[in-house]
Amino acid sequence: MRRLLYLLPLAAFTAIALWFAIGLTRDPSRVPSALLDRPVPEFALPALAGAGVAALSSGDLRSKVALVNVFASWCVPCRVEHPILMRLARESGLTLYGISYKDKAEDSARFLRELGNPYAAIGHDESGRVGIEWGVYGVPETFVIDRTGHIRHKHVGPISPKDLQETILPLIASLSR
Amino acid sequence: MKRFLVVLAFSLLAAPALAVLPHEMLTDPAQEARARNLSREIRCQVCQNQSIDDSNAPLAADLRRIVRERIVAGDSDRQVTEFLVRRFGDNVLMRPPVRPDTWPLWFGPAAILVVAGIGLLVFLRRRPAAQAAAPLAADEERRLATLIERKDG
Repeated sequence: MRRLLYLLPLAAFTAIALWFAIGLTRDPSRVPSALLDRPVPEFALPALAGAGVAALSSGDLRSKVALVNVFASWCVPCRVEHPILMRLARESGLTLYGISYKDKAEDSARFLRELGNPYAAIGHDESGRVGIEWGVYGVPETFVIDRTGHIRHKHVGPISPKDLQETILPLIASLSR
Repeated sequence: MKRFLVVLAFSLLAAPALAVLPHEMLTDPAQEARARNLSREIRCQVCQNQSIDDSNAPLAADLRRIVRERIVAGDSDRQVTEFLVRRFGDNVLMRPPVRPDTWPLWFGPAAILVVAGIGLLVFLRRRPAAQAAAPLAADEERRLATLIERKDG
């Protein structure tokens, strides 16, 4: 019994080392959203000129499950994820909203003309002020909003087909039930 | 030598490069000083481990502007940091807050040191004291004396 007591420091060290080892495998640039499970921030953005869809404000986000995608024409990963958003809008019937972030309206509009517009409404956030309300720190960012207008998930970086299949679509399915 | 002194004089004159741009600064020096102090405590979310006071990232500039907006609007330092924490989470603070769930972080190392110290003390007290050397026997005493004598002689 006494012998086992001498193993205690080793056991404690192993536990701490394992704890840190797990911590090291996580990506520190992925910051969990402070807004998770909170209502969407209050905002009202003007429509993106030249995109041909309505403006976006927090009032639009309280009736159905939806995605809010923050994008910009200068953002290279946004181009990478764009085909996925296009397919999602076309095939799933899910409503996608866009926030064009820190971008000139004509550049954002051209981006959508080139690659297609998956968004039902777009708010143009040229100053990035509304982005700060959403805690946006790097585009693209995608939020999953539930029926009551609460943020249920935040995805930082481009959505890969794997993220879509394993995280976002199952979440949307469970929220839509 | 003269050239060296000139170079030295100029390098002492040079101010360290600042990320804060002149047009961002507040006209009231007291408010500006508060903004600078607060900015040093706010983490830039794009270039982590830099404060927004150090960083040139556009988001850091936006956050510096917001810190100043809030100060001008009459917020206390605490209200300004709470404003940012509500949006970006505790991660936005350079120093994690002291709360029950961060106690291990703040006090863990000290606690481990204390526990280890107590363990060491207990271990040292329980260990039998080093045995005092037994006195020499008579014949050993005699041999030692002859050895010393031989060396002296």
